[in-house]
Amino acid sequence: MILELISIILGGMTIGSALMVILSKHPIRSVLYLVITFFFISGHFILMNAQFIAVVNIIVYAGAIMVLFLFVLMLLNLNKVDERKTNHPISFTAVIAGGALLLVILAALKDGITFTNTIVKSDVGLVENLGTLLFSKYVVPFEVSSILFISAMVGAVLLAKREKQHID
Amino acid sequence: MDTALLIEKFSLVIIVFLISLGIAAYSTYFERKLAAWIQDRIGPDRAGPFGLLQPIADGVKMFMKEDFIPKNSDKWLFIIGPGISMFTALITSTIIPWGPPIEIFGRQISLQIADFNIGVLFIFGVVSIGVYGIMIGGWASNNKYSLFGAIRASSQMISYELAMGISLITIILLTGSLSLTDIVKSQHGMNWNIFYQPVCFLIFFICSLAETNRAPFDLAECESELVGGYHTEYSSMKLGLFLFAEYVSMFISSALMAILFFGGYNFPGMDYFDGNTLAILGVLAFFTKTFLFIFVFMWIRWTIPRFRFDQLMHLGWKTLIPAAIINMLITAIVIAFNKGWF
Repeated sequence: MILELISIILGGMTIGSALMVILSKHPIRSVLYLVITFFFISGHFILMNAQFIAVVNIIVYAGAIMVLFLFVLMLLNLNKVDERKTNHPISFTAVIAGGALLLVILAALKDGITFTNTIVKSDVGLVENLGTLLFSKYVVPFEVSSILFISAMVGAVLLAKREKQHID
Repeated sequence: MDTALLIEKFSLVIIVFLISLGIAAYSTYFERKLAAWIQDRIGPDRAGPFGLLQPIADGVKMFMKEDFIPKNSDKWLFIIGPGISMFTALITSTIIPWGPPIEIFGRQISLQIADFNIGVLFIFGVVSIGVYGIMIGGWASNNKYSLFGAIRASSQMISYELAMGISLITIILLTGSLSLTDIVKSQHGMNWNIFYQPVCFLIFFICSLAETNRAPFDLAECESELVGGYHTEYSSMKLGLFLFAEYVSMFISSALMAILFFGGYNFPGMDYFDGNTLAILGVLAFFTKTFLFIFVFMWIRWTIPRFRFDQLMHLGWKTLIPAAIINMLITAIVIAFNKGWF
């Protein structure tokens, strides 16, 4: 009972802070709201007994990726003054494209969504179970995705190096 | 929910909170005394006997100062910056096992506020969000020196987090558990991790210095270049919280090092005691180790000059991370060999 109440409140706060990400005018505040959203999402993971995923979510997203986002935004030093005015045709197309994406995602997820308030207790999110799954059943996708990451990293380093030589 | 458990945990939280703050407050006093001793001065000796009331006088002074918020700053972020700093410094204390279980009124009370099965990852999570306080505070001040300090702090944290994480993985490999309770229990008596992993300890120690923003890694507040770094615009108790958070996190990282590498509450010859005697001696042993580390932190600050920023980056990326990875691989291979995987 209490858990259900917590999950409803947490859900509302998650959606609220996620809305604030796109509604707030200031880019740095947007990023900070996104960080708060990640914390709420981790809260949901903890309610589902997936502590490992919850903490990894905080370490990777709130701790590493968002710090880099914030870092770049601080260097850009965006002010309200030089905020670019968007013209109407572009925002119109953006609305249509975003709506189409939402439709596709909804269509893909429609079987997965159940409108019940019960919290599913499972042990999948604990370290041992997740590790066993990753290194037995899902070992091929796991390794392939890590190769993908490495190639992205090498590509980024290569591009950065080439640009530097060009300047010299 | 068990009411007794609730009371027990609640009082433990209060005690740990007060002890952390008290030790942090008196660390400032000992830091000044130690600095004076190293530099052949007397140090604070006016307030109370041996200047022992100096931290209280400092606190009162901090509260009495004018609280100033710059006109063009981002007011909300300016206010919550020091708060986040303090919060992330204190929150790690929830998972530290302060001693063996103690028995009061016939109840076994564990001297650890929360025993997650992912304790080590929790530390890492808190460390990774620890930079937000400085970043937000520095950016919201709307001052270029503050911004420089904030940017330096964040790039330093990102660089040193990786090496720290990898050295933690080595300890996890050695123990086979992510829970801090298990890590401490596996170092029973004198069976400390430092004897197996000296390189790992060195890496972790250097990274702890960097993560707590202590000298020689205090480039975020480098007063010879950046006025005051990220807290240039801060005054009154907001500044006090920033400075205080540094001492709290120094205490907590000292405690962590004692747990991960020096056996936590374990001490040689602990099998001769049991019950509450063991618990009290264990807590004493733990705090002795922690205070030794706080002393080393201060000793380093007053001995080694500050790094240059590029030296800091080189040390992090080109020395510590490769060393940590090689150390982890060797440990993994040795453990696999011992389990007969070859």
